[in-house]
Amino acid sequence: MLEIKNLHVKLEEEDKVILRGVDLAVKAGEVHAIMGPNGSGKSTLSYVLAGREGYEVTEGSATLEGAELLEMEPEERAAAGLFLAFQYPVEIPGVGNMTFLRTAVNAQRKARGEEELSAGDFLKVVREKAKALKIDSDMLKRPVNVGFSGGEKKRNEILQMAMLEPKMCILDETDSGLDVDAMKLVSDGVNALRDAGRAFLVITHYQRLLDHIKPDVVHIMAAGRIVKTGGPELALEVEHNGYADILAEVK
Amino acid sequence: MAQAQVKSDALAARIAGLTLDEKGWLGRARREALARLTSMGLPVRRDEYWRYTDPSSLTVPAPIPAATFDAGDEAPLFDGIERVKLVFVDGVFDAAQSDAPELAGVEIHRLTEAGATDLHWARDLYGVLEARGQVPVVRPLAALGSAFATDGILIRVTGKAAKPVALIYHHQSETSDAILHHCVKLEEGAELTLLESGPAAARFTKVVEVDVAEGARFHHIRAQGRDHERRANTHIFARVGAGALFKSFTLTANGRLTRNEAVIELVGDEAVAHVAGAAVGDGDFHHDDTVFVTHAAERCESRQVFKKVLKNGAVGVFQGKILVKPGAQKTDGYQISQSLLLDEDSQFLAKPELEIYADDVKCSHGSTSGAIDETALFYLQSRGVPKKIATSLLVLAFLAEAIAEVEDEAIAEDIRQRLENWLSRHEG
Repeated sequence: MLEIKNLHVKLEEEDKVILRGVDLAVKAGEVHAIMGPNGSGKSTLSYVLAGREGYEVTEGSATLEGAELLEMEPEERAAAGLFLAFQYPVEIPGVGNMTFLRTAVNAQRKARGEEELSAGDFLKVVREKAKALKIDSDMLKRPVNVGFSGGEKKRNEILQMAMLEPKMCILDETDSGLDVDAMKLVSDGVNALRDAGRAFLVITHYQRLLDHIKPDVVHIMAAGRIVKTGGPELALEVEHNGYADILAEVK
Repeated sequence: MAQAQVKSDALAARIAGLTLDEKGWLGRARREALARLTSMGLPVRRDEYWRYTDPSSLTVPAPIPAATFDAGDEAPLFDGIERVKLVFVDGVFDAAQSDAPELAGVEIHRLTEAGATDLHWARDLYGVLEARGQVPVVRPLAALGSAFATDGILIRVTGKAAKPVALIYHHQSETSDAILHHCVKLEEGAELTLLESGPAAARFTKVVEVDVAEGARFHHIRAQGRDHERRANTHIFARVGAGALFKSFTLTANGRLTRNEAVIELVGDEAVAHVAGAAVGDGDFHHDDTVFVTHAAERCESRQVFKKVLKNGAVGVFQGKILVKPGAQKTDGYQISQSLLLDEDSQFLAKPELEIYADDVKCSHGSTSGAIDETALFYLQSRGVPKKIATSLLVLAFLAEAIAEVEDEAIAEDIRQRLENWLSRHEG
């Protein structure tokens, strides 16, 4: 599904190298987690994959089902099946959440040569999916993320994911700012989307999210590289001992 | 002294070719306006009130020619709306293209025929609000409009008008120089929506005086026409009585020079006045919104919402003032002026002012200029929305607060659609 090879990235504006040769392969149906200390490059990796400006790829590649992501516009990556759940979902005053969702869904359908959803069909689907995430009609009517609590913003990200039905989902610290109940709600939303044709890359600081979204593979990232890869037990090790032991061992 | 001479010489040159219609009560009002005008002279760039907008093309004796414009297949705004149409061509009323001026609860007179009739209500309004609006800042071009208007409409509303009155301004001659003056009097509890659309002329000088009596409601929606080369200086003077509502929204797309002045006085308790504008310009475009709202009674509410989208060196100006007079307690005043600069060549000049002489009031004002929010743009793109559509969504979102001042949802939607069309014509 997603294959990252020897990815090197620096900031465009300054000469600061962030990723120093990331290698990662995620197969369809799998859930991978990336953990790592602050500043290790986890969020940068997610932004670079989604196509945010301000980064320069100096070496390497990232493909989604064989297609080179790094040469596509952000909207093309989305239409190809990539989705990034933001760590800090953006507030867009003046754009209704519903308008935003319908524009996004139909833009992707159009890009893939599919027929656009009618207003009626769209409404039916969105109501059903919103209900599962406990998103009420008021939240759907309000401007995108404006006045939403931290938990509401994250639920709104998962709603977008559910509506867009991407193949490759990247969750960037989706657990940050969530209380226990909200974490359960968000995790249930993610788990409902797990299937053989879809893969997940879950970026997190804490093991607790992985209690809810059970990963197949756990990677530890440090200083712009994947330094260790293992099973779910690796996340428990981090939880108990911190990163120091692992980093020392790698060195 | 030298500057006063320049101003009075400019005035003499400007009015040399104009005739003042001396007939009847209107003649008296015109002579009084001329007296005001003579004491002021014409505005010059060195006047503080014209610091950001060069008035010279508005004051020279002959207008700078302006090519007429073909809007292609875009239907004129308000086309689908049932209304009483009153059409002006280059500033001259055209009865043949207009509807019969008949509407229950509404009296409609043509200015050129009004002088001979004793319209006591118009006599108490024509030039009266304009004269009141000359303090504390002089507005010579408004006095010029009162003195030398060659046409106009006088409307008196005694009931609830079943449909809007629409003033439609066609621009046909490249050298037309139109001066119009309209009066609208809403009696107690009356309601009217006034629509205005079209570029009017190569140069357009216009005054509208609106007296909104107790409990009356007045809605004004205008679109200034897509002609690139037209120039306009418009004034709307309003007096709003107790519990009455005045709402005015202006859409401006294109135009070499536009200065829209609104002078609003809230004279009765619990009066409400909203004045708003959305302006979009690309290239040789200069748009100036100058607003003066006076709170002279208690528990009144005023809102000024002005948004501009500027690119390729377009210039936006906002001069807005809220004056709260002594005793105007519980005033709720709000003013926002914002520009979205789509490139580094465009500029926005803003002068927001508050002057408050009452101690129990709520007044806020804000003025900003900025670029498209790149973070929001990326967020939309990351959800699959192409950059062009995402940009257009964000621009419309930026303008939304101004468009929200249009209460009629069908008209608001039409305005949004036109702005979207404008954006797609002015991409890149």
